Amino acid sequence: MTFGEPIARREDPRLVTGQGRYVDDLGRDALAAAFVRSPHAHARITGIDVDDALDVDGLVAIYTWEDLDGRVGEPLPLLIPHPALTHGRTAHPLARDVVRHVGEAVVMVVARDRYLAEDAAERIRVTYEPLPPVVGVENAVNASCRVHDDVPGNVGAHLVQETGDVSAAIGAAPHVLEFRLDIERSASMPLEGRGVYARWDADDGSLRVYSSTQTSTSVRMAIAVKLGLPANKVEVIAPDVGGGFGVKIVHPWPEEVLVPWAARLLGREVKWTEDRREHFVSAAHERAQVHHVRVGFDDEGRLLGLDVRIQHDHGAYTPYGIIVPIITSTQLLGPYKPGAYRVEFTSLYTNTVIVTPYRGAGRPQGAFCMERTMDRIADELGLDRTAVREVNLIRPEEFPYDQGLIFQDGRPLIYDSGDYPEMLRRIKELIGWDGFAAFRAEAERAGRRVGIGLACYVEGTGVGPYEGGHVEIDSSGRVHVSTGLTSQGQGHQTVFAQVAAAELGVPIEDVTVTTGDTRRFGYAVGTFASRAAVMSGNAIALAARKVREKALRIAGEALEADPRDLEIVDGVVRVKGNAAASIPLRTVAVLSNPLRYAFDEAAQQATQFAVGGSPDDPPLTGEPGLEGRDYYSPPRSTFAYGMHAAIVETDPDTAEIRILRYAVLHDCGRLINPRIVEGQIHGGVAQGVGGALYERMVYDAEGQLLNASFMDFLMPYATEVPRIETGHMETASPLNPLGVKGAGEAGVIPGSAVIAAAIEDAEGIRITRMPISPSELYHLRLAAASGVAERTNRAGSASPS
Amino acid sequence: MTREISLNVNGVPRTASAEPRRLLSDFLRHDLGLTGTHVGCEHGVCGCCTVLFDGEPVRSCLMFAVTAAGHEVTTVEGLGADGGMSPVQRAFSECHGLQCGFCTPGFLCTVTALLRDNPRPSEDEVLEGISGNLCRCTGYQNIVKAVHRAADLIAEERTDR
Repeated sequence: MTFGEPIARREDPRLVTGQGRYVDDLGRDALAAAFVRSPHAHARITGIDVDDALDVDGLVAIYTWEDLDGRVGEPLPLLIPHPALTHGRTAHPLARDVVRHVGEAVVMVVARDRYLAEDAAERIRVTYEPLPPVVGVENAVNASCRVHDDVPGNVGAHLVQETGDVSAAIGAAPHVLEFRLDIERSASMPLEGRGVYARWDADDGSLRVYSSTQTSTSVRMAIAVKLGLPANKVEVIAPDVGGGFGVKIVHPWPEEVLVPWAARLLGREVKWTEDRREHFVSAAHERAQVHHVRVGFDDEGRLLGLDVRIQHDHGAYTPYGIIVPIITSTQLLGPYKPGAYRVEFTSLYTNTVIVTPYRGAGRPQGAFCMERTMDRIADELGLDRTAVREVNLIRPEEFPYDQGLIFQDGRPLIYDSGDYPEMLRRIKELIGWDGFAAFRAEAERAGRRVGIGLACYVEGTGVGPYEGGHVEIDSSGRVHVSTGLTSQGQGHQTVFAQVAAAELGVPIEDVTVTTGDTRRFGYAVGTFASRAAVMSGNAIALAARKVREKALRIAGEALEADPRDLEIVDGVVRVKGNAAASIPLRTVAVLSNPLRYAFDEAAQQATQFAVGGSPDDPPLTGEPGLEGRDYYSPPRSTFAYGMHAAIVETDPDTAEIRILRYAVLHDCGRLINPRIVEGQIHGGVAQGVGGALYERMVYDAEGQLLNASFMDFLMPYATEVPRIETGHMETASPLNPLGVKGAGEAGVIPGSAVIAAAIEDAEGIRITRMPISPSELYHLRLAAASGVAERTNRAGSASPS
Repeated sequence: MTREISLNVNGVPRTASAEPRRLLSDFLRHDLGLTGTHVGCEHGVCGCCTVLFDGEPVRSCLMFAVTAAGHEVTTVEGLGADGGMSPVQRAFSECHGLQCGFCTPGFLCTVTALLRDNPRPSEDEVLEGISGNLCRCTGYQNIVKAVHRAADLIAEERTDR
């Protein structure tokens, strides 16, 4: 059995030898596209003068919005409509009249190569009449000016969910606290940016598009609609993709429409490769949210009522709807029973880059909110922070647990399984929670300042509506597995092969996996929401079971045995207990396809004068070929969970923040490949550390992104990420055949919450906004000293000097 | 205005014409077809485009191709001997030291030079040695493991010889 084993990845030999194929590695002779982008956050376009560009050697075409014909010139689709999104707005592929953020595409240039395209782009003069920009939540709320003329108050959406009577519950609570919590913007920031390469086949009237996307099937549908082509004349392939983390689920990007459109118009191959600055100013960001919390609780810290009001900055447009604040609203609850709960969010337009899911997708903010609340309650009551969590945890016997809300998939928020108290016990043990006081005392004696924090989360994974799998065994015994969702480094070629090999009883070496290629599998949703293993994993298992059943039937006929007496071992079907009566799957594959013509020696066995069988029965039962296709569609999401704990040290003089230890416990149901799951957690934690201590998008009041480069947007290097200690629990999901839950996003979710808790514990000063830099911590100390920033109650007794 | 640029890449003399402003990274990728070298930022921070230039790791996005004329360049395609994987490549694969694989060629070149100069680096030396390369997927845990593992593999090869 290969299922559950930490086998080495099957992708790697290719990727470590330079044989990977990312979009920009393809189409060596393609024309190159470059874009003139808005330098203004908000402005009216008053003129576009291309005259100077026309002399550039190698120039092929220049397009502005006025050149876009048919549906290409229409606004891009609003991908996820929602009744609460009353004022959804999307961009045109090239700006029409008004630009609404720095980086919005205004002119497209196509030339012989990228250097020449940029030469031409540089010579195009766009004149603007600047309009007042809206930057930041406060500005958007004040609404002295509008991002969209027809959106009053800059409010795109407003949504309230409530279970129980929160006002009454808080009103009657013995203790009430009220505070504000902020998280700033970060971004997915994959090391490979976006990219699109299109080949138009004029003879065939068909289009092949390679895109660095998290959803090739939906890009295909969008391109087909925009270009007025039948979907079966468009193929979209996600080749090797250099990381996604959410940003590449957005589609179609303007460039994903424009590049294929230009390729067809010009009858030439066209490619666009995003550069890093373009990624900063024209892709997507996430995280920025303001949370106003009001909480009522009893003497033990038990939640009685929780009221959260969220202001969400969604940037200039809403192509991805309001998924992020919906997820914050619902996943904020984590592993706890909130008593009465009311959550309200307002989603606001600003003249900044669009906001769409980045790994965690609203959950890091939710966890920050809830976990800061838990710590606050503990501080108020003078209780241990884990004790307050303990009394609020959902107990194992309470599953399935209905939180009474509607989740991001439109389904009820019902947790399927888990053991939260046991995990709390284990994370405390792993980090040494109970022994920390001694460690702190020792550190203090040495003049060091240390703190400990802990944070929990629950993550709805594997959202629907569905994914499919196709499994085919060919006449040489090779197993070809395909699924429509895409890969960005998660190791799908390995884990899906493990699933198929285990189901079929074949050596994993015989299995190859294709993802994200519409030529192989046309129906899919995409890779997001930690759903690939759950959705495609189960779909592939179901498809493999069909193939197995068919193989046993055909083998049974050939061996004159009851299929129920057969087993498949190492790619050979044999009678249980009689290894001599056997037939290899490759031969079964030959027999599954009754032939008139023998195309090779093996095929001779399936031709009409070679096969036996009754002369009265038709030669073919069902469909030819040893293949099967099936789909997995869950009733609702399955809920993974985890707890992180960290110990930090803060420098008493420089306020430098160092993570001394970082511990993770995680439960994503049955593990298909523990090594890959652990790798996913590692990567998530690193992004969590980045989001807690380093990464932020710095916009000035004019809407200029001041740190749009890797020089200034600080992502963690190896020197910034602590050693990560991990432990696993495996509570199978009762919802799907494999019992798995998603793992992709988990690691990032409690990052800001746990680091904030540990810093607060070290410093005795309330941490209410993240990320936090040494400079900010230093100023916070000054503010606390002068009574402006609030100290924790605990700081009174165990205050560092 | 292009000019002929001749250099030795992965032990093979190569010549192609390119403009003086052509970056070495673009020249390797698009003129010589060696697309294993990746470009992540084009301003010398991410390290994806790291190649060995006369044996030393350099950022090929910060060099013009013309300045490489007459020099020796090793890219990820040239790290292994006889079509096999080098110990560093094997170690990254064994230790799950990569996910999307985009930053990996840069790490492999960096680590190859690191271990050549310091065959048995300490934990801190490893962290320092790879601290000029960004990875957004792995959290570096398994990359660090892979460097130590590669040191073992190289030592084993030496003993075998």
